[in-house]
Amino acid sequence: MNGARVQSTLDPAPGSAAWPIDELGLILYAGAAVILAVVCILAITGVVAGPRRVDARRWLLVGGLILPAVLLVALFLYAVGIGNALIAHESPGALRIHVTGKQWWWEVRYEDSEDTGVLLANELHIPLGRPVEILLASSDVIHSFWVPALAGKVDMIPGRTTRLVIQSDRVGTWRGQCAEYCGAQHALMAFHVVAEPAADFEAWLARQARDAPPPSDPRLQLGHDLFFDAGCAACHAIRGTAAVGRLGPDLTHVGSRNSLAAGTLGNHVGTMAGWIAGTQDLKPGSLMPTTSSLTGPELRALAAWLGSLE
Amino acid sequence: MTPICAAGLPCLLAAGIILGACARSDRNGPIVAGGDAGRGRAALISLECGACHRIPGIPGARGTVGPPLEGFRERVYIAGRNPNVPDRLVAWIRDAPSLDPGTAMPDLDVSESEARDIAAYLYR
Repeated sequence: MNGARVQSTLDPAPGSAAWPIDELGLILYAGAAVILAVVCILAITGVVAGPRRVDARRWLLVGGLILPAVLLVALFLYAVGIGNALIAHESPGALRIHVTGKQWWWEVRYEDSEDTGVLLANELHIPLGRPVEILLASSDVIHSFWVPALAGKVDMIPGRTTRLVIQSDRVGTWRGQCAEYCGAQHALMAFHVVAEPAADFEAWLARQARDAPPPSDPRLQLGHDLFFDAGCAACHAIRGTAAVGRLGPDLTHVGSRNSLAAGTLGNHVGTMAGWIAGTQDLKPGSLMPTTSSLTGPELRALAAWLGSLE
Repeated sequence: MTPICAAGLPCLLAAGIILGACARSDRNGPIVAGGDAGRGRAALISLECGACHRIPGIPGARGTVGPPLEGFRERVYIAGRNPNVPDRLVAWIRDAPSLDPGTAMPDLDVSESEARDIAAYLYR
């Protein structure tokens, strides 16, 4: 994934709210550049041409009053128009996703399928070309939900629910980032938004709604057993098993995600093992303790089982 | 210039070149056939080996789960068991548990050419 493009306000996704924001920005930069150039030319002309008599009243009236008034009023009306278009209008029947900010990860719940229990972390999938309503909350401090390529940032305030509508008309994976300083690991609180065709999205949602399958071989069974022996189930839930902890992210389909620990690491058996055995080294202050009681083969088996939960 | 000096100067130069060459070959680690240290660096970054290892020259590679990999070409054993020679290192990077069933390092599904590049970087 190209780091510069997955999280840039300067490369907005078509159909997203970031598009008019980018357009407004470009107009402001270009307009400011033109005004700067005119002022510079006037200043240089003044020096080069030497002292001469000018009509100060007319310069003040046109350059100091009429011109700024016309420009600022036009800009104001344009910006109000864009702001109005960006307001998250109620859209009945829209897909709704609840995202709760936590130190330092994101809990994601799909409202449509509350009964089937689609609960995951640090990743949202959205169907292409359809507005999706995101309901934002926080369970501890103020966070801010920001996917620069898709929309402006919206704060997540404890005790309140804020709203945001996102949409993309282009297939892609974008990176979002907490945009309100929320503690030591604020920088390691990221997530991914995946926009995909409706059929792929429905298939993904159906997979996420399923329980975890039983371990298919003795090594995965060992990993499964170690998950409970090592106490992981106290904080993590894995649907289809006895693990029902709610303090940490739901791991039912952790193997399918783009990242581990809210964008701290990519997701493969090596990073999974590294995260389990190096938690406090990789993300100091995280609520998850480092697991240092496993032997090498046990760590590999646990990582392999979790990775198999796709 | 005396004849002795005239003869001595080229000798000294030759000696300097030979010594320099020795020192240089000493600075280089073992050669990994087909391995490219530049590509190896990119592979170490994309595989995120730094989650477990401290690796000089790799941004953010400060892991403490496995051993630090600085000065790896001077290490006598790989993970304390296998002689540190290029082919063993390549095999280790590809599938560590097959060489040492007790290791915590998983089989990372690394290709042969990628493993050669990584070995070249670790020996650079």
